[in-house]
Amino acid sequence: MATIEVKDVHFTYSTGVEALRGVSLRIEDGEFVAIMGQNGAGKTTLVKNFNGLLRPTKGEVLVDGVSTRDVSVAKLARTVGFVFQNPDHQLFSETVEEEIAFALHNFGFEEDTIKKRVTWAVNLLDLVEYRKTSPFMLSGGERKRVALASVLAWDPKVVILDEPTIGQDHRQKENLRQFIVQLNEQGKTVVVVTHDVEFVAECNPRVVLMKEGRIIADGEAKRILPDTTLALEASIVPPQISQIFQGLSFLGLPSDVIDVSEAKKILVDRFRELQS
Amino acid sequence: MSVIEIRDLTYAYPSASKQSLRNVDLTVQKGEFAILTGPSGCGKTTLCRCFNGLIPHFYAGELKGSLKVAGLNVNEHSTGEMAKHVGLVFQNPENQLFALSVEKDVAFGLENLGMPRDQMQERVSWALKMTGIEDLKDRAPHELSGGQQQRVAIASVLAMQPEIIVFDEPTSFLDPLGAQRIFEVISHLNKQLGITVILVEHRLDLAAKYANHVIVMDEGKVVLDGEPREIFNSEQAWLLGVGIPKAVHLWRLLEEAGVSLKGIPISSEEAIQFLREVLWPR
Amino acid sequence: MSVFEGFRFRHVTSPIHNRDPRIKFAFVLAIFVVAIFFTEFLPLLVLFFLPLPFVWVAGVRRQWLRSLRGALFLATFIFVFNFVFGYLYKSYPTTTALLEYSLAMTLRFLVLVESFSVFFLTTSPDHLSLALEQSHVPYEFTFAFTTAVRFVPVLAEEAQTIMDAQKARGLELERGNFLKRVRNYIPILIPLIVSAIRRSLELAEAMESRAWGITSKRTNLYVLKIRLGDVVLLILSIGLLVLGIYVRYFVQIPQLSTFLPPLPF
Repeated sequence: MATIEVKDVHFTYSTGVEALRGVSLRIEDGEFVAIMGQNGAGKTTLVKNFNGLLRPTKGEVLVDGVSTRDVSVAKLARTVGFVFQNPDHQLFSETVEEEIAFALHNFGFEEDTIKKRVTWAVNLLDLVEYRKTSPFMLSGGERKRVALASVLAWDPKVVILDEPTIGQDHRQKENLRQFIVQLNEQGKTVVVVTHDVEFVAECNPRVVLMKEGRIIADGEAKRILPDTTLALEASIVPPQISQIFQGLSFLGLPSDVIDVSEAKKILVDRFRELQS
Repeated sequence: MSVIEIRDLTYAYPSASKQSLRNVDLTVQKGEFAILTGPSGCGKTTLCRCFNGLIPHFYAGELKGSLKVAGLNVNEHSTGEMAKHVGLVFQNPENQLFALSVEKDVAFGLENLGMPRDQMQERVSWALKMTGIEDLKDRAPHELSGGQQQRVAIASVLAMQPEIIVFDEPTSFLDPLGAQRIFEVISHLNKQLGITVILVEHRLDLAAKYANHVIVMDEGKVVLDGEPREIFNSEQAWLLGVGIPKAVHLWRLLEEAGVSLKGIPISSEEAIQFLREVLWPR
Repeated sequence: MSVFEGFRFRHVTSPIHNRDPRIKFAFVLAIFVVAIFFTEFLPLLVLFFLPLPFVWVAGVRRQWLRSLRGALFLATFIFVFNFVFGYLYKSYPTTTALLEYSLAMTLRFLVLVESFSVFFLTTSPDHLSLALEQSHVPYEFTFAFTTAVRFVPVLAEEAQTIMDAQKARGLELERGNFLKRVRNYIPILIPLIVSAIRRSLELAEAMESRAWGITSKRTNLYVLKIRLGDVVLLILSIGLLVLGIYVRYFVQIPQLSTFLPPLPF
């Protein structure tokens, strides 16, 4: 039984905008999926259907076999954690501690469990020194970590991150990337909504590419990201390494390269061949 | 001819314990396209606020050292006066647009300056044309995409015809294609109109190819200042975790493995060109 | 959120939309003043039907009806209030007269609502702010007004996002007693307020960067020009006032009871 099953989902907003036009998808337990596409392709609309914030106009979404129509958002949230793009849309507590404990209180955890979980989350996201600080006093990057901690605290099976790399510098993105990969390696199902191709190229997850409310490609990042026809159709910019290899395709080099180290190896081998 | 001259600039926000800018020295020549980058919190945004006088006039706190922009000493001129020479485009497109139509927004600065109506109308049309958004002139800002909104913001700054435009992470909220379009507009303004550009960016893979000057800051100081290729190749840039383009990264790995290219590529086009010469010698 | 639909100005043009807002306002004011003259049913009925052709021409029938429906509750209250108090204090000779009076007061209220509704439905916020500017209202106020209108849809969307974000952390807004429900809105209000403050700071920076306040002699991209249609409307407004005064002082207004058969009470 797939953790998340999307069955021919259509979704139209009350303004009349048709955001999803027949999307079908299966996400298995422990997968790492990147939902990609231009702004407006329907990525966020799709993932909001995973935790019941939105319910399909037509079709069905099943989480752990149960239709999202039959369960409340609060109940679904226990299984599907959602980290929103802007942490300032969540932060309201007087201390980081309280902020992280918020969801735990809502879900009815016991006081001791809450304390333990908060300590665990604070350690995980490197926020120990800020435990008693007001979240509003922290920097942008630190606030993002608080938001992340407050979702991970209740240990949901699935973690959805909506555009986690926006506004981050290179190093912060690297740290985040490593963190997400680690989360996945520890068994969490991770869904990242992003338009950051370089970020995805580094992790090589499963990529679901969307355009105008439909899925136009679904497969390994290595296979999808370098495809220029697809990139053109979905209006995304391929990673720089695949752009380079696309330009050198006449040399007969493989076209599915997105990783720098792999690129180097192939080019060095070709160079050595030429020398001999 | 230098259009920005900064000597020993130091600044701390009124309630801050740490200085945001520490003895900054910087010169920007007229017509340059300069990229300002560095890790979060390094002071780039603070420096931007100094260029047009928001610091020290809007933010209070003491600005020490000398800062001359377009020949004017920032400490002695109000933000309004500086606005005629230095434009500032901010990160969030939504919070720079106040009016209910694009046209009115682009005219906002000109209205503030008390420009006569017919002259204003000409300028507004010109600015809309330069940024490629004439067809949007009657639209409401809320209906526009992030990329379109940002172009409106650029047009409204451009309309005031400043010699310098500073862009503070203008593509943060945009997808790569939208970001590319913005960089193209900025480059167009730089090349066609000779406007000096200072672009604060993290996404160097898309922006590097337009620049002829790169400045890297860290902890309030300027740590690297020079030509793009030499900066991207420097050890310090790597250590700071600056978002060096993948093409440069590849060049480095190849160099280490004994494969030398003609030069340091800072865009995919250059990388393709240089690699072609090495792997397909005619 | 449908409440904000009324603020979302539709790009419609009609002879009514194109009228100078100051003249339109004068017309609405004329209707209002004339309505005050009368406590009799018939003239108020005429006044009630007066804006209808304007509503028709402007093509805002549906929204206009909606605004009237919104006023219905208060209207009923006014009717009942007047009738009951009039009855208890025996202010009127016959019950029919009291009925007429109560109906007239209700109508007067509805006339007020509908005429202002027509005004706002046919005047874009931009147009309105322009009228305010040219009427020498200090620019700070006009600016505050337009900026507020411009950000209404943005704030509405943000409120929705914040609600979603907190619901995704298990916050249940529909559960619990009254007190608990009010408390549950704190995680919504605080981010909203903090965001509004941040937003205004960013807006202020952008304004300063575009030379706000550098001179008190601000110019305007647009200008309102009085055209033939506006002159016609102005004449109509003055005519209405004059007619109203004439009818008030020189014409005997028939009572409603003359038209109705005598009622049992």
